[in-house]
Amino acid sequence: MSETITNDDHETVDEGKRDFIYIATGAVAAAGAASLAWPLVKQMGAAADTLAAGSIEIDLTKVEVGQQLKVLWRGKPVFVRHRTAKEIKDAVDTDIAKCPDPQTDDERLVANPEGKLNPAFLVMVGVCTHFGCVPVGEAGDYDGWYCPCHGSHYDTSGRIRKGPAPTNMVIPPYEYLTDTSIKVG
Amino acid sequence: MSGHPSTYEPKYAATRWLDQRLPIIRMGADFMGFPSPRNLNYWYAFGGILTLCLITQIITGVILAMHYTPHIDFAFDSVQRIRRDVPFGWLLQPMHAVGASMFFLAVYIHMFRGLYYGSYKAPRELIWILGCVIYLLMMATGFLGYMLPWGQMSFWGATVITGFFGAVPFVGESLQQWLLGGYSVDNATLQRFFSLHYLLPFVIAAIVGLHIWALHHVGQNNPIGVEPKSKKDTLSFHPFYTVKDAVAIGLFLLIFAYFVFYLPDALGHADNYQRADPLKTPPHIVPEWYYLPFYAILRAVPDKLLGIVLMFAAIAVLFVLPWLDTSKVRSMRFRPVARWFFIIFLVVCFLLGWCGKESPDNMVFSVGTNDAGDPMGLNFLWLSRITTLYYFGYFVVILPILGLVEKPKALPDSITKSVLGSHKKAEA
Repeated sequence: MSETITNDDHETVDEGKRDFIYIATGAVAAAGAASLAWPLVKQMGAAADTLAAGSIEIDLTKVEVGQQLKVLWRGKPVFVRHRTAKEIKDAVDTDIAKCPDPQTDDERLVANPEGKLNPAFLVMVGVCTHFGCVPVGEAGDYDGWYCPCHGSHYDTSGRIRKGPAPTNMVIPPYEYLTDTSIKVG
Repeated sequence: MSGHPSTYEPKYAATRWLDQRLPIIRMGADFMGFPSPRNLNYWYAFGGILTLCLITQIITGVILAMHYTPHIDFAFDSVQRIRRDVPFGWLLQPMHAVGASMFFLAVYIHMFRGLYYGSYKAPRELIWILGCVIYLLMMATGFLGYMLPWGQMSFWGATVITGFFGAVPFVGESLQQWLLGGYSVDNATLQRFFSLHYLLPFVIAAIVGLHIWALHHVGQNNPIGVEPKSKKDTLSFHPFYTVKDAVAIGLFLLIFAYFVFYLPDALGHADNYQRADPLKTPPHIVPEWYYLPFYAILRAVPDKLLGIVLMFAAIAVLFVLPWLDTSKVRSMRFRPVARWFFIIFLVVCFLLGWCGKESPDNMVFSVGTNDAGDPMGLNFLWLSRITTLYYFGYFVVILPILGLVEKPKALPDSITKSVLGSHKKAEA
């Protein structure tokens, strides 16, 4: 570094100055390449219109007891299950210490405008937390949902009970507009 | 492509002129005259067959892209239109789809041949590793391409596979969203898959170039694994091996044509002739047959992340194989113990494929029922666990230890001696 030498043509070469120029040029090129790489990477993320794909409103009166409504929200199915009394009882009576992802049934519900929970309606993203398949309703060892892909069993609260899925089915952000209609998203 | 001294002599003024400026004919001539071991058997024809497969896929693929529409509203119909309305589309689309299966069939035979004859050992480690890169790219390309017809299996296969990336700790969800270009498999996903499916075969072609370059630099391995020692041990690639490869290619094309003309859909899934429906998962999601062993490894463990890690490890272990096998002897012909372990490994790979196809809870065989009336015996989950254990055990335990303790048979002095020796025995 930074020593002055004389080359074959008897010219004086300042090595330190050359090193500086090499490093400075390289640094500018690297910074330029990196700043161009970011748009190239970032363009693959969700586009603004996809992110803006807003919310949907669901009328709960159309879902009879024991029925399940499947609606598409952000490309994924949302389950709206009108649970039977037995299903609610099973969900509440479960010893959550035995669940891989412990949550009480109440924790999986959202309060209506009066601040009350309505255990009759379970709203969740109907996507298995294993690899994203859509579980089949009223099936599996716990009569909740069963994922046909890799055999995950969910109970009547959508909690994972058995199989490879790591967590309970996701509760989407939603709110009660009235007692009988909700807005998801 | 170096490796042997060039013997090409340009005969005409024009070829001399060209040779001084761009020695491309010389390169081709040297390639065709490449001295190859004289004892290569038909298992060595799969390099040529695979080249043909790649060319077939690229040509039919470029044509299909002229008629295909990469949009979720039109993709399914455009593939059906290719098969029904486009002139000779009924031929070209199955050639591409069946061609993918044939490509994998050939690559698996090619890889097992390399495993048996120890073709991955010094100085051929890089040939093997480049081959593993090609295999990995083939799997990626196959997966991307399977999405394009936008059938039920396309959609749900893509959902499950991209779901793997969601299992990565901390960044999983954003990584998955980045790959999909949205919250779920959608139009953005289809379009990028199409773009990359078109790109990757050319990357594969480039790496095939490196694979062959490395091969011609160190020379081919052969069934006895003894390096050629004199000119007598080798034959010119052309006409000896071009003709031998041509025979093998002819046989291979018979099988290929049988599927294209008589069973064009046999290797696919009926579910993929239903349009993709994001609200309905098919009752039984299975990947294409060539991914089944890895699917079985994925499902062998109850933990999501560990399953994915194991599945990728099953491929990663191939990359380090040259340093895991401690035996100095290449060919398993001279490794009496390793040979048996190899045969078991081959069977295990088929069993893994079978496990991948079946539901984990199904029974392989049952021996009566228990008190609750459930059948007892071996189910596919446990079969896949046993076979997964052997798959990894073969590479990380058996091959490293066996190389140290096994007593190999005496190696022939040279290729010529081994070839002529067996002739004399046959005559006697």
